[in-house]
Amino acid sequence: MVSTYQKEDVLLWLAEVMDPEIPVVSLIDLGVIREVSVDAKGKVMVEMTPTFVGCPAMDYMKKEVEQVLTDHQVKDFEVNVSFESQWSSNDITDNGRAALKKFGLAPPPKYQLIPDLEILDQVPCPYCDSDNTTLNTPFGPTLCRSMHYCHNCKQAFEQFKPL
Amino acid sequence: MDSHLNELALKELLYRIADDLLILGHRNSEWTGIGPLLEEDIAFSSMAQDKIGQSLALYELLHQLGEREPDVVAFMRNADQFHNCQFVELPIGGYEFSLIRHFLYDHSLFLRFQALSNSSYEPLAALSRKLVGELRYHVLHASTFIKQLGTATEESISRLQSSLNEAIPYSLGIFEPSPYEKELIDDGIFSGEQELFHQWWSVVNEILGKTALEISQVDQELAKTGGRLGQHTEHLQPLLDEMSEVIKLDPSAEW
Repeated sequence: MVSTYQKEDVLLWLAEVMDPEIPVVSLIDLGVIREVSVDAKGKVMVEMTPTFVGCPAMDYMKKEVEQVLTDHQVKDFEVNVSFESQWSSNDITDNGRAALKKFGLAPPPKYQLIPDLEILDQVPCPYCDSDNTTLNTPFGPTLCRSMHYCHNCKQAFEQFKPL
Repeated sequence: MDSHLNELALKELLYRIADDLLILGHRNSEWTGIGPLLEEDIAFSSMAQDKIGQSLALYELLHQLGEREPDVVAFMRNADQFHNCQFVELPIGGYEFSLIRHFLYDHSLFLRFQALSNSSYEPLAALSRKLVGELRYHVLHASTFIKQLGTATEESISRLQSSLNEAIPYSLGIFEPSPYEKELIDDGIFSGEQELFHQWWSVVNEILGKTALEISQVDQELAKTGGRLGQHTEHLQPLLDEMSEVIKLDPSAEW
């Protein structure tokens, strides 16, 4: 039997699976879904990797992906979580960055090789774009967020940490 | 794996790191709700979550090598079956002791995963490359606070110094050699505890050099070892009992 769906269809379905903590960014834009393939018999393979190794939402995200595949009548699928390819904040798409900013979360700056953590001290404020900001603490309400303060608009804000 | 012996060596290495992370993660979590300031409460809680999650990833690797499921391994062993160093099981003490331990231990962990990023055992190398990125935040946090409080007031300096004196013999126990040291090095799995110790020593002293704190003298004879072989202080078993209270009451419970 030839499957009625292609990889592109699966990608469209999965584009609706959002990060449970940041419900405006899809797992594809976040870079958590690494690879999707459909074989000749219609079996769907999805490779995922967590942002942070200890991310408690990983199981939940995997189940969401499986649910979406089931909802679209995919009978045969395999969703794998591994560290074979390691997530970095550079993997967040431009689309994802724009969504983060709109959500009030400063997107992580893109970096080359190793992120210099001094960049944490002048993160542009997601509300007023000022870089007159300081890092309050590299640890925030979730593993992937740091906390900052903007001296221009006098508001606290969070950043998705560069990793 | 190439041979039976290599697998024993690899498992021993994985257990020592995973057990360290599980136990220290649990200790860090004891700061939740009682941290000396809100940001530190969150930082220690966040690092606890990171460390316990990282231990799970290592227990998964062990499971793939034939060991039991992560929950069983984490909750169903007794103290004498744990390979963690004694340093991580000590009670949290005052904030200054927890901060000193965080500083000394996490620098060793960061360097360990840096070394393991080149391990010949590829699943461990891949995970280590990932963990190095995360641990940068832990060592940044530790070093920042040590530099600030280690140059602040007479009280902060003397309290940190006395915790440092207490911690040093235990911190040497981090590097207690594995019975398989030679195999690990020969097979390119890990560059060895001794090399790790020397790297750690130079990093830690460089940072302390920017403060009023100092490591007065190091007598390897006083190193608190034995933890890697299952010999622990009286503090570990009560911690394990507390950690496994739910699973022992009802093994099918979800929490």
